Amino acid sequence: MGYVKKNRDFHQARWDEPFIMEMGNPGERGVLIPQASDEVRKVSGGASELVPAGLKRKKAPKLPELSQMQVLRHYMRLSQETIGTDINIDIGLGTCTMKYSPKIHEQFVRAEKFQELHPLQDESTVQGMLEIMYKDEQYLKAISGMDKVSLQPSGGSQAIFANVQTIRAYFEEKGEAEKRDEIITTILSHPANPGTAATLGYKVITLYPDENGLPDIEALKAAVSERTAALMITNPEDTGIYNDRIRQFVDIVHEAGGLCVYDQANLNGVFGLTRAKDAGFDMCHYNLHKSFSSPHGCQGPGAGAQCVSEKLAKYVAAPTVEYDGEKYYLDSDRPESIGKLRMFYGVPSVLIRAYAYIRTLGADGMKQIAELSILNNNYLIKKLLEIKGLSMPFAEGRFRMEQARLSWQELTEDTGVTTDDICRRIVDYGFQDYFTSHHPRVLPEPFTPEPVETYSKDDMDEYAAAFAAIAEEAYNEPELVKGAPYKAALGARIKEECLTEWSKFATTWRAYKKL
Amino acid sequence: MEKSFVHPYMPNSVPEIRQQLLDELGVKDVKEIYGSIIPEELLYKERLDLPEPIRSEYELKRHMTGLLNKNISTEEYTSFLGAGCYKHQVPAVCDEINMRGEFLTAYCGDTYSDHGKMQAIFEYASMMGELLDADVVSYTTYDAGQSVCSAFRMAVRLQDSSGKNGEKEKNVILVPDTMNPEIYSQTVSYCRNVSEIVKAGHDEESGLMDLKELEGRLKEGNVAAVFYENPSYLGFFETQAEEIARLAHRYGAVCIAQPQVSALGIMESPMNLGADIVCGDIQPLGMHMQYGGGQAGFIASHQKLEYMEQFPTYMYGIAKTDKEDTYGWGRAMNYRCSHGSREKANEYFGTETGLWGITAGVYLASMGPQGMYELGEAIIQNLKYLTVRLNEIEGVRANPFGGSNFQEVLVDFSETGKSVADINKKLLEYGIFGGKDVSREFPWLGVCGLYCVSELTTQAQMDALIDAIRQIAAGKSDVSDKDSQVSKEVQAWDM
Repeated sequence: MGYVKKNRDFHQARWDEPFIMEMGNPGERGVLIPQASDEVRKVSGGASELVPAGLKRKKAPKLPELSQMQVLRHYMRLSQETIGTDINIDIGLGTCTMKYSPKIHEQFVRAEKFQELHPLQDESTVQGMLEIMYKDEQYLKAISGMDKVSLQPSGGSQAIFANVQTIRAYFEEKGEAEKRDEIITTILSHPANPGTAATLGYKVITLYPDENGLPDIEALKAAVSERTAALMITNPEDTGIYNDRIRQFVDIVHEAGGLCVYDQANLNGVFGLTRAKDAGFDMCHYNLHKSFSSPHGCQGPGAGAQCVSEKLAKYVAAPTVEYDGEKYYLDSDRPESIGKLRMFYGVPSVLIRAYAYIRTLGADGMKQIAELSILNNNYLIKKLLEIKGLSMPFAEGRFRMEQARLSWQELTEDTGVTTDDICRRIVDYGFQDYFTSHHPRVLPEPFTPEPVETYSKDDMDEYAAAFAAIAEEAYNEPELVKGAPYKAALGARIKEECLTEWSKFATTWRAYKKL
Repeated sequence: MEKSFVHPYMPNSVPEIRQQLLDELGVKDVKEIYGSIIPEELLYKERLDLPEPIRSEYELKRHMTGLLNKNISTEEYTSFLGAGCYKHQVPAVCDEINMRGEFLTAYCGDTYSDHGKMQAIFEYASMMGELLDADVVSYTTYDAGQSVCSAFRMAVRLQDSSGKNGEKEKNVILVPDTMNPEIYSQTVSYCRNVSEIVKAGHDEESGLMDLKELEGRLKEGNVAAVFYENPSYLGFFETQAEEIARLAHRYGAVCIAQPQVSALGIMESPMNLGADIVCGDIQPLGMHMQYGGGQAGFIASHQKLEYMEQFPTYMYGIAKTDKEDTYGWGRAMNYRCSHGSREKANEYFGTETGLWGITAGVYLASMGPQGMYELGEAIIQNLKYLTVRLNEIEGVRANPFGGSNFQEVLVDFSETGKSVADINKKLLEYGIFGGKDVSREFPWLGVCGLYCVSELTTQAQMDALIDAIRQIAAGKSDVSDKDSQVSKEVQAWDM
């Protein structure tokens, strides 16, 4: 009962698979496809007659020629050399909210009644899909306290982008767009905040943390002016420290005439506890693949939600889904909207999963997610901080929300072993590597765990024990850690210059062969 | 009344375990933790307005199935819809691989923990490189729209960094006025602060880009790039591809092309016709339509440093190891993209469509050169047949431009006196999704639908469509019970 395995003799699958480009033999086929009927062929002729002369392909593409079993086997092996959340205690990828993605949801998104829907079908034939999207919008209004939601964004970053476009549209209508050309954000906010603002031509002002690890409020006061278009701020930031002056931040920016945008990618610890509206924000966004539990799919597809207050409702990304009391419909007739963000309407598979997830948990379940993720996090922090050489900078003695940024600085100073060494070594223990920090590393030797509510106490104990063992290795046998990994799928260390020198860099096999 | 309950997704919801964690932290309840860090006035005192939970998996499944059953899929009705999203055969191996929990639930792990994922993505890029005859292929973007948007901004930056624009700033992007309107609107919005997207006219007879007008605009000296689609949004091949690239280059502009990937087994890649940047969507390569969620974009170029530096997303680079014949991978040169450049970013990116990249790799490996050839051939043959047969109907004119088409064709219903919307409503009664109504997007076309086929479209389905349109055009629009039964039978044995 409650057994915590501390001496796991792990070894990742290591197939040393060759390139698919070099496998197989001329003439092999992986799949056959339907051909046009004889009569169709008779009427139409062959491809050589139907493609205009100047556009005919001269040389066939050098794709692999493999039979089906061999294709399957290759990719099965590659999958085994990948550590998904399904097979490991995925606490390390902090800020990514690597929670359990319920298997029952996969049955819904793989149903023909969803997979084989074309986005331009008559609305009368997609009422079920539209109902799901409409209700998602209503649920997110409840969770955020905001007045209007658009589910168009393809991911969290695109939702942030939509919010910046909304800032632009709002000030254009007020005739202040020229003047208000600055956006304020923080160094510990996700790079998409400054990134999207810069994409649209805003001058970005970045706030750094004060001695308590929170964005410097004095710096904010100095930064706001009649040029301020908006504040784009995350809370909690990657440090997990809740910014308890958030309302003051909002008030300062509002007084200067700017808008306030809440990055709620880190929602998991605040469900039902506090809402964007309560802190006075004009907009926020959610990453639906994170807190609402869609599998992350080797980086997508995800989905984002743009949530705004009443005065900004007319600007949200189009179309939105509406209900007239009888039927659900897509509303593209939104003349003041920031327009289309992507082709068709968001990422419906993620919207179905989010719907199923909310329906499974309800209000109390959602709140319980937040409570348990906070409880787990503070428990794990306590365990981890018992490890020599690991510390938690800033706000000593204060609880964290659902994640924390820790630092191996002391261990590095003592042993020369860095966070990047430990990040490789942890793979030998059967865990996914961990998220250190976005660029730049404001804190030295960072490590950012996030033990969401789906991890058990035993999981956390095993996780902490692995780091304790690695720290011990670092103090006794630092070369062991520095030389890691040994038991990972890749049985050798890469030559880093291939990734840092353009003359040695290739994104395709054909380019590599020409180097 | 708030209820805490033990839930299968939350092991520490068991009261005894929760208590152990609380004891360890020396607190009475979780509220004591968050109450100490979230100010009282920000705490939400009410209960979220959400429906009561559905308790079990089976009950959830019953509920979800009930919702999904309100949909009618393209497996039930015959679909002639395309316009950026296409129904193709999805090999079972593609589904099998993207269902694998290891791939499905992995995320941003790196070189050593996710070796297999890194290899799969590099192989995807490598196979796309072969299909496109391009040496550089990016990590997947959100969709074709995003790829086109980024390609445009890449071109503007290339002009900035090339130093060639002594007198005039080159920030105009010329696009055909027959371009996909949805993607066009994305680009206008995305590029507004760096460039002006200008529609160039088409030849009235053929629909192809008007090269005289194109050259006239290029002569103004402010054009950063010329863009074309092949085939065009309206389905016809842009046969002047080489000439467009030549003209663009003559006036110092970049040539950007968006090919339809399912055509590339039979159609030359734009890379070999002078294009500098090639972009588009990989949805046809193994992704179900998913109501538009199967889209994923690519960007490709030649191996030229000035181009490579402009890619705004991740790039997975191959790296030698100390073992011969063993390679690793890493996301490289991140200073190019917003994860590295933050407030100095040219563009942003985020979690895009990695799983679809891996799936497209499985698809291309399964299809091989012969499969891609046969795919292209079946599509173009089916479309030709449909076009010929539609033109036999009085009052209906398919392919008004008269050139060669791939996959999609305009069908002009002007002479029937009926709108496309009316015709499509009637077609529903026959169990058919008619082509997209493009009358509003392109009023100058008249009353036109954009009809799409694929290798999955059967002769029987096309014949059933022809019969239905013939009846509708002739005003015999009311489907008798017998007729609808016939069309259902066709459906049944056809599938």
